[in-house]
Amino acid sequence: MATELIRLSAGEARRLLDRREISAVELLDAHLAQIERVEPHIHAFITLTPEIARRQAEAADARIARGEGTLLTGIPIALKDNLCTVDAPTTAGSRILEGFYSPYDATVVARLRAQDTVFVGKANTDEFAMGSSTENSAYGPTRNPWDLERVPGGSSGGSAAAVAVGEAMLALGSDTGGSIRQPAGFCGIVGLKPTYGRVSRYGLIAFASSLDQIGPFGRTVEDVALLLRVIAGHDPADSTSVDLPVPDYRAALIGDIRGLRIGIPAEYRVPGMDSAVEEVIEEALRTLQELGAELVPVSLPHTEYALATYYIIAPSEASANLARYDGVKYGLSLPGETLLERYLRTRGEGFGPEVKRRIMLGTYALSAGYYDAYYVKAQKVRTLIKRDFDQAFERVDVIAAPTSPTVAFRLGERTADPLQMYLSDVFTIPANMAGLPAIALPCGFAHGLPVSLQFMGRPFDEPTLLRVAHAYEQATPWHTMWPALAAQV
Amino acid sequence: MRLSREIVDHVAMLARLGLSEEERERMREQLSSILEHVSRIQELDTEAIPPTAQVIALQNIWREDEVRPSLPIEAVLANAPESEDGFFRVHAVLEQS
Repeated sequence: MATELIRLSAGEARRLLDRREISAVELLDAHLAQIERVEPHIHAFITLTPEIARRQAEAADARIARGEGTLLTGIPIALKDNLCTVDAPTTAGSRILEGFYSPYDATVVARLRAQDTVFVGKANTDEFAMGSSTENSAYGPTRNPWDLERVPGGSSGGSAAAVAVGEAMLALGSDTGGSIRQPAGFCGIVGLKPTYGRVSRYGLIAFASSLDQIGPFGRTVEDVALLLRVIAGHDPADSTSVDLPVPDYRAALIGDIRGLRIGIPAEYRVPGMDSAVEEVIEEALRTLQELGAELVPVSLPHTEYALATYYIIAPSEASANLARYDGVKYGLSLPGETLLERYLRTRGEGFGPEVKRRIMLGTYALSAGYYDAYYVKAQKVRTLIKRDFDQAFERVDVIAAPTSPTVAFRLGERTADPLQMYLSDVFTIPANMAGLPAIALPCGFAHGLPVSLQFMGRPFDEPTLLRVAHAYEQATPWHTMWPALAAQV
Repeated sequence: MRLSREIVDHVAMLARLGLSEEERERMREQLSSILEHVSRIQELDTEAIPPTAQVIALQNIWREDEVRPSLPIEAVLANAPESEDGFFRVHAVLEQS
């Protein structure tokens, strides 16, 4: 029974909870049992919160008994550890925030609490969400449930692995350059980066503020639609959150994509692309065609500059955002003779290598004499990248592309060469540069590991993304497949 | 392009990052290779292109200037390495005269 419970989708669990066929406490217990069994192998969490979860599950059952259950009442969820919570530590994967308790909840966390959603723990992440493998976490790497020698992707690798292996039914992550989609792809689940401004960033520990966006993970498109519905919407505490109505995303899942125009960008074929991955993607595109969609060649000519642009803009914003870790207000504080010495020691010892690298890169790009040549230039190229998409979306409804050029790579394979690590985000970064919504979903296997298809959409057109992703999902078996580790007893 | 050691030292100081000798050398190599990659944007002609700082049409947001509750002082100071009388305590910046 426990194994059956962890295999439910959140949508199915919702129906069973409301019919009182299962209880939220039972559902939680099944997930806690799975955590106990697989967590020593996976390490998806920095902090587990079983006591909080139990109280929430009991409250959920009481609420459902009163007939007042809402979309996510009683559903076990993992929260990426860069989302602030008042009752559990928030580390952002960094030593500099070890033991930090936020005085407030992130808005997305508060919205889930209001539903009596069940928080199983704070999921592992690359330090300050900077990375593509979760190997930059100060608390040790997460492992891919499909192959323990491989990375789960990153930076939201803990969130993705937890959902893939049945430690949580849903998860929240954040995506600055692919940090939801790439790990969703590597772990064989669904992940969505909403349009910039769709979800409040209040209480998300800032990395690159013009690119960061919180988004959902699930094992089905419907689950992602449910979670998006709960977290989306305007928030006065985030002045970049947009005041637009939040649609019922499930209503978009009509199963029909006849006549939908899907753009296929020529530029998303790069050197280093795994040919086995390419074949799986080609097959997925044929399936979309069989479902009645029209494949339309489009051009996004500035794609090849997106990675370079990102690695100027994101570190620049990060260097400013991370100036707040000064050992005065919170976090690690190391002694020194002078204030300067305190800063140097606290930041030098509190941050890990990748974070220091990006702070250095951003500080350099913003410093006198380099600002125009790097930062302003990158912002201009960002305009060109955005215009490419604007023009393409005059002719097509969505754009399809691989999520990543390869399947999950081995632990340690790319840590020595930062640039190699950065290249794994080459297909996900453009959507962040343009602020567009994008979804990643499983579309087959190569070398025995999940391959992921990505759809990018017009701003605030998450419904069309979900519609096409759902139609593809329902026509294929990939969402029903589990890593062997999840099933072993 | 290869960064000089002086630039690395200067940027580390601007960023208030205390780096070891070994870290500085490694940073010099790694940043040089990343900068070489990102410099490819220089080949684009962007003379007539305006910069994009963010992608949504943002407007200034006004509200009434009214008193609202803020976070409790004790909760905010709970994480402070040092605090005193409801304030963050910091290392002296100015010399006593």
